[in-house]
Amino acid sequence: MTNDDKRKAFDLVVWTSSLLFAGALVAHEALAKDKSFAVTDQVYKAECGSCHVPYPPALLPAGSWQAVLSGLDKHFGTDASVDAKSLAALRAFLDANAGRDRRASAGTPGLRISETDWFRREHRKVPGTTWQGAAVKSPANCGACHTGAESGDYDDRGIRVPK
Amino acid sequence: MRRELQILGLGAGLLGAGVAAAQSPAEIQRKYESAARQATPAFGGFSAQRGEAFFKSAQGGDWSCASCHTQSPVAAGRHAVTGKAIAPLAPAASPARFTDPAKVEKWFNRNCNDVLKRVCTPAEKGDVLAYLMSLK
Repeated sequence: MTNDDKRKAFDLVVWTSSLLFAGALVAHEALAKDKSFAVTDQVYKAECGSCHVPYPPALLPAGSWQAVLSGLDKHFGTDASVDAKSLAALRAFLDANAGRDRRASAGTPGLRISETDWFRREHRKVPGTTWQGAAVKSPANCGACHTGAESGDYDDRGIRVPK
Repeated sequence: MRRELQILGLGAGLLGAGVAAAQSPAEIQRKYESAARQATPAFGGFSAQRGEAFFKSAQGGDWSCASCHTQSPVAAGRHAVTGKAIAPLAPAASPARFTDPAKVEKWFNRNCNDVLKRVCTPAEKGDVLAYLMSLK
């Protein structure tokens, strides 16, 4: 192999690895976006993101969201009622963005994300003392540990469990 | 050039709409004043002291305004159920507070129902505003 051939081979390796690296970066970004629960709907953010973070609509099936919207004046112990125009917008938004319900026929729709199988599985390693700690208080307080919850980022890298 | 002017015009229009919708806490309070006067012709004006007492005490139920907004509303609060942080309520600490009449009414409706199990009177709302506006 001449020196020229060696240089060509070296160049090829450099270029290929650069391309692979760039490809991996793009794929990673795309995946990160895919995993994101970012909510951009302004009505949803304003009406359903004050007392708690705007919960990702995909975490409950449409039937559950509609049941939640039907009882906003008595919403987990508080009055969260909205005007008729906002309510219609919320119904449409949640219908379009709700999660798939595999057990739609299994009786009354659950109202709490924290009682879904998915949520329990994801949080199975979280001890009871963490939930009850003053800094967390409630499973509704996503932002206590998920530092990016407000903007829909629940990636493991953003988790900081308060002591 | 014409297109630039159009964009400029649109920008100015949006700015105008924003300014028209926003009000000052004092303007919002004046509306409650006329409503209070209409309800009680002998209405003698709002009181920051009365507002503070109302704000800090439970009104028959478990909660007071201070349960979430704290005894010192220039500081950040915390939702009594969910634990989520709430920006300070006093305009001195959060300038956007009490500048959107519809938002003010929405929250008075929700929170008065939570604390008092009824709507607040215009006099009560005005007193609370007087208290919050007095905070520095």
